[in-house]
Amino acid sequence: PHAGPVESKNEAAMSELVPEPRQKPVVPMKPMGINTSLLGYIGIDTIIEQMRKKTMKTGFDFNVMVVGQSGLGKSTLVNTLFKSQVSRKSSGWNREEKIPKTVEIKAIVHVIEEGGVKMKLTVIDTPGFGDQINNENCWEPIEKYINEQYEKFLKEEVNIARKKRIPDTRVHCCLYFISPTGHSLRPLDLEFMKHLSKVVNIIPVIAKADTMTLEEKTEFKQRVRKELEVNGIEFYPQKEFDEDLEDKTENDKIRQESMPFAVVGSDKEYQVNGKRVLGRKTPWGIIEVENLNHCEFALLRDFVIRTHLQDLKEVTHNIHYETYRAKRLNGNGGLPPMTVETEENHESNL
Amino acid sequence: QNVGCRTLSLSAHVGFDSLPDQLLRKSIKHGFCFNILCVGETGIGKSALMSSLFNTNFEDSPSTHFLSSVRLRAQTCELQESNVLLKLTVVKTVGFGDQVNKVDTYQPIVDYIDAQFEAYLEEELKVIRSLFSYHDTRIHVCLYFISPTGRSLKTIDLLTLRSLDSKVNIIPVIGKADSISKAELQEFKKKIMSELVSNGIRIYQFPTDDETVSEINTITNGYLPFAVVGSMEKVKIGNKMVRARQYPWGIVKVENESHCDTIKLRRMLCTNMEDLKEKTHAYYELYRRCRLEKLGCRDIGPENKPVSLQEVIEAKRLEFCLEMERKEEEIKQRFLQRVNEKAAMLEEAEQQASMPILTKYARLMLMDQEEELKLEEKKKLLEDEIAQFIEKKAITVSIQSQVSVSTPVVSLK
Repeated sequence: PHAGPVESKNEAAMSELVPEPRQKPVVPMKPMGINTSLLGYIGIDTIIEQMRKKTMKTGFDFNVMVVGQSGLGKSTLVNTLFKSQVSRKSSGWNREEKIPKTVEIKAIVHVIEEGGVKMKLTVIDTPGFGDQINNENCWEPIEKYINEQYEKFLKEEVNIARKKRIPDTRVHCCLYFISPTGHSLRPLDLEFMKHLSKVVNIIPVIAKADTMTLEEKTEFKQRVRKELEVNGIEFYPQKEFDEDLEDKTENDKIRQESMPFAVVGSDKEYQVNGKRVLGRKTPWGIIEVENLNHCEFALLRDFVIRTHLQDLKEVTHNIHYETYRAKRLNGNGGLPPMTVETEENHESNL
Repeated sequence: QNVGCRTLSLSAHVGFDSLPDQLLRKSIKHGFCFNILCVGETGIGKSALMSSLFNTNFEDSPSTHFLSSVRLRAQTCELQESNVLLKLTVVKTVGFGDQVNKVDTYQPIVDYIDAQFEAYLEEELKVIRSLFSYHDTRIHVCLYFISPTGRSLKTIDLLTLRSLDSKVNIIPVIGKADSISKAELQEFKKKIMSELVSNGIRIYQFPTDDETVSEINTITNGYLPFAVVGSMEKVKIGNKMVRARQYPWGIVKVENESHCDTIKLRRMLCTNMEDLKEKTHAYYELYRRCRLEKLGCRDIGPENKPVSLQEVIEAKRLEFCLEMERKEEEIKQRFLQRVNEKAAMLEEAEQQASMPILTKYARLMLMDQEEELKLEEKKKLLEDEIAQFIEKKAITVSIQSQVSVSTPVVSLK
């Protein structure tokens, strides 16, 4: 209720008068709903160019985690995806390393550039996963790492004097490697994905797909999809986050037909039909990694990098991170109190 | 656990150069928003300018000069150009500069800007929040309308600008600039700019760090403040309808750059929207910082250990909850007390009100009863008398009959 002169409302322009000052002068805004097609050019569409310039200047961050038993070709695949030696093994780590006794988390940061776009890529490896005799709870260090990154981000966001651009170390995408047994998922696979699909985007991938024929591949994929559905595991792209019909149709096709991608990785090039291609040479032929008839690597690459990269980041930020934050702010909601080592080596309890 | 950063070169095309496109596609789907605040005296041409800038009718009922204080009025509309959808909000001051006593006329404007920051901060601090779908109402740019006196800035201009320049991007414009001649205009502009500088008022400078726009932006910065003319009406020139003001001595074309700077303003607003929004966010961060510090939050606690904002907010929330509980209890008690008081009052009143009727009735009843009793008594008496009489009569009759039977009639001599 406002005291003071009441103004008559003009029919043509709907406007709201703000109540007396000193009260909270909040203006309720009623959109006039006029979707005018402007008769003369104004210049609003230049905002697209402005945004493009801004994002090119600031660059992008992308953090991808690879999880799977050793020997499934994780490093090779990641190298193939980013066409450079990004994996841990290639970064100078000892190839002859023993398999660690527990799951370790090793993150390597790279800066790559393409077409004027700078990307800070972090590849997070998880050696030791699934390699022990007793693998109970081996996903816990991984879940802990993921939550630690959310915690770091939250801490910075909650600061009074905070950075203009909060450094983003959150895991945007977790590639989970499934062994190409041809039968079904292993209990470890189900356990991992059940726990982690709620905190991070999981993209299941069938590794070393060159051990299956086309029929075996199709059947295996169907069985895996069924098992994931039966166990209530929502892998990326999650159905509930489809924004509109366009997204839904596109993602439905990927969810129900293409995924999980059956891939082969390689960093060696061979000559095929006069072209140099990435592939694996066997006595019975050369498997071309980027040939869609041979394996689905190209689909995975396009999906993760060329079409859904930004969406992976947005789902991580708008949904997984917000879920974590809400739980944290509601008095820990089941999470153990965190002690996180920051760069300045402070210990703080949130 | 993090190895130092390595710079790698790619051996072939990976494809992440499509990232900006992915981002843009999402932004376009989401739509854009932009909020402009127009501060200026009544009748200086705010609505006309807005209508001319965006080819949309922002007219509303002309306001009176007799408002007791400054109000703000907001209008929102959606504009579309190619695939860009822009939700434009224009907020105008109503009654600015009309009061006899202009002390604190700028306060409602400052309060409004702060209120939008506050709303955003509130959303940001919520536990369950949806920032990505939040409709941002923070003011991205403030167009300050200077009166075309041709002399200098007024005191109220300086006061208002000084109170706004740490909260919002300010672009000064000279309203109704067609009333100043070209020569006077140059002098006027110079005077205004030097006054702004000497009073330490920060206005928005178009960014000059990017080579592609630095040249044109530097030139444009030299045109400040923009001498603008707006018009609601269109005039037929040749075979086109053009926004213009028709005078007996000629036609001032709004979109002609040699007539006025309106087009320059439009161009600069549109091509620097992102920068304006970024700088607004920086002002917001400043507001947020001050606000949280006022609440008693610190980043570094007493022992120089980082204090979590969450702890402070938790403590404050607890405090607030306890306070609320206490107040609730207090109100409950007071309510009960009042209820009891009222009940007692009512009872008493009831008694008093019902008393006369009851007593009257009782009295009447008593009276009736008494009367009845008396009558009964009388009746009884009468009956007794009648009974006695009958008895007597009976006796007499019997005696008479006895006498008449037993004795001859003796004549009594």
